[in-house]
Amino acid sequence: MSGGVDSAVAAARAREAGHDVTGVHLALSRNPQTYRTGARGCCTLEDSRDARRAADVIGIPFYVWDMAEQFHESVVDDFVNEYAAGRTPNPCLRCNEKIKFAAVLDRAIALGFDAVVTGHHARLGADGLLRRSVDLAKDQSYVLAVLTREQLDRAVFPLGDSTKAQVREEAAERGLAVADKPDSNDICFIADGDTKGFLADRLGSAPGDIVDGRTGAVLGQHDGAYAYTIGQRKGLDLRVPAPDGRPRYVLSITPKTNTVTVGPREDLAVDTVTATRPIWHSETTPVECEVQLRAHGEVVPATVAVEGGEFTARLGSPARGVAAGQAIVAYRPDPAGDIVLGSATITAGVAAEPVPSHSA
Amino acid sequence: MAYLDHAATTPMLPESLDAYVTAARDIGNPSSLHAAGRSARRQVEESRERIAAVLGARPSEVIFTSGGTESDNLATKGIFFARRDADPRRNRLVASAVEHHAVLDSVDWLAARESAIADWLPVDSSCRVNPGDLAALIDEHGAEIAVISVQWANNEVGAVQPIAELAGLAAAAGIPFHTDAVQAVGQIPVDFAASGAAALTLTGHKLGGPVGVGALLLGRDVQATPLLHGGGQERDVRSGTLDTPGVVAFAVAVEAAVKAQHEYAARVSALRNDLVQRICAAIPDAIYNGDPVHRLPGNAHFSFPGCEGDALLLLLDANGIACSTGSACSAGVAQPSHVLMAMGADHDRARSSLRFTLGHTSTEAETDQLMAALPAAVERARRATAWKTPRP
Repeated sequence: MSGGVDSAVAAARAREAGHDVTGVHLALSRNPQTYRTGARGCCTLEDSRDARRAADVIGIPFYVWDMAEQFHESVVDDFVNEYAAGRTPNPCLRCNEKIKFAAVLDRAIALGFDAVVTGHHARLGADGLLRRSVDLAKDQSYVLAVLTREQLDRAVFPLGDSTKAQVREEAAERGLAVADKPDSNDICFIADGDTKGFLADRLGSAPGDIVDGRTGAVLGQHDGAYAYTIGQRKGLDLRVPAPDGRPRYVLSITPKTNTVTVGPREDLAVDTVTATRPIWHSETTPVECEVQLRAHGEVVPATVAVEGGEFTARLGSPARGVAAGQAIVAYRPDPAGDIVLGSATITAGVAAEPVPSHSA
Repeated sequence: MAYLDHAATTPMLPESLDAYVTAARDIGNPSSLHAAGRSARRQVEESRERIAAVLGARPSEVIFTSGGTESDNLATKGIFFARRDADPRRNRLVASAVEHHAVLDSVDWLAARESAIADWLPVDSSCRVNPGDLAALIDEHGAEIAVISVQWANNEVGAVQPIAELAGLAAAAGIPFHTDAVQAVGQIPVDFAASGAAALTLTGHKLGGPVGVGALLLGRDVQATPLLHGGGQERDVRSGTLDTPGVVAFAVAVEAAVKAQHEYAARVSALRNDLVQRICAAIPDAIYNGDPVHRLPGNAHFSFPGCEGDALLLLLDANGIACSTGSACSAGVAQPSHVLMAMGADHDRARSSLRFTLGHTSTEAETDQLMAALPAAVERARRATAWKTPRP
């Protein structure tokens, strides 16, 4: 129970369904003040109190579990290391994979509980299939697709059939004070929302070149490649305009040479995505399906093959801004909610048509 | 429910609750001059005399406060300020490493904000202070020490400190000695005059009185700078309208607890000893923490190797048993106990601790209930420790 509205309603519904429910709030920082302050995060003293009050209203026991050490190792350090390696991590996904449905679940099972209930917006019905929420704008199946069969078998998502608006309405009817609490959108362990500053504090300054992807010309300097994301346009601060005057985008980040490569928008396009560490549920491949390449990102048709620990998606139409480190999630469209077939961690996007490339 | 957390708070004695309700029906500010005020004042002063009488203090030495935390703050900060004002060389404080946070954090605050020097008295593996350590500090820094504070009995592991010896060393050097006796009054014999202490903290809700009222016994000749300013109600050391019903109920509880102390200790320590034996028999590797002899009668504090205290607490709570991990909480996160760490325990042992404290309402049925649940809970909590194993 983060102290937000979703987990509070999820707990209330689980209780109402007849389960013996205990509320758990995760303390993710040894010193709560060092993480987010204010009402929008998930790690503050105020959030802990909100969660406790919700548990009181629902009528369930409530405890705070100290997961600071595990969270730091598995999520925060991973976040920093991934950026340092030129990839773009998704810490919410990592938290589901390593904390909520691993450290928390393992402890809960050992203590005699049967499952972990969360307020994620996704459907997980009697058929055991993970599906998108009815509320597509709030759907969180993308950050849950990393869960294995064993993890899903111990997970309960009571909110998947409701929209966020319905959840808020129900919270108000149940007398839960968090009904109107704002959504948390940012990364919970970056207090001020300044990801660049957070990384700079930890990775330090590492000046390098910004180069043109086609000509290899050095266009400018950066202070640390970790501050850039594939597909980024703003904040490049290039003094030399492109010859055709069109905007330039980050095409790739090469930690080895500490280089940020930029180019025109069309050079971002990829039609094949390779990925690693696949989680795949039963379906034989190759399979025609849809893939999503980042949280709340566009969905494109694709042919997905999973073989020997490698995941390859041939896209039906080119995608842009494909960043290594993000998840690729495969869905099969379904009227009862698109079904998650599996997911993997993106290693590379392969360009649609090879562009005249400069060899570094 | 088996309530085994009397050191956190203990139920009010029926006579104290009755006295509270009766007094709360009356009107009157003890500082008012009219008949209603005089009546309230009389009740407060009678209460002051009752407390003084059973604790070996003079009535004028009883300063009513809001409880243990305020009394501890007033004693450490107030005496420190007064003594340093009188002689700027006195910039040191001495306290044991196992004090309650009300003393610990007051001393830390003085060190941080007032550039005071804090000297921490170590404890041995059973949580006891060695008077020789205090004697050595006084030898070296006597003229610089503003105040010494050592708790009478520890709130976590129940160890009783050699207060008379420590206070005697302080008195011989002319240094005021404060003792936090919150856990001691009503549990073991406490006599302010005989102890030689200059100041003593006690509170209502640990001995059958209400929460929110306590006292600092402050020797007549001991100067303390006030922390709360206002009407100067309590000897000009403490301001605030006196809580007449609280004070009355507090006094009734102190008197009852102190008068019953001997029989109470005999009964409760027998129950506790039996519980300790049963726990040691049922869980052979359990570590009984604290001093076996110099110990509060109701305290049974254990480390259960391989367990986490908060997992055990959750499992016992689900079985209707209330106990404590005995450690300070911030945002509900259990920090490893500074008391266990000071006793030389490692991080894991400190985190594996659980405190059971018996009190005036404790029965064998409650300890039976604990013993029916504890072995399975320990076994389960041990399995739960595996969750910490890092995943690939």
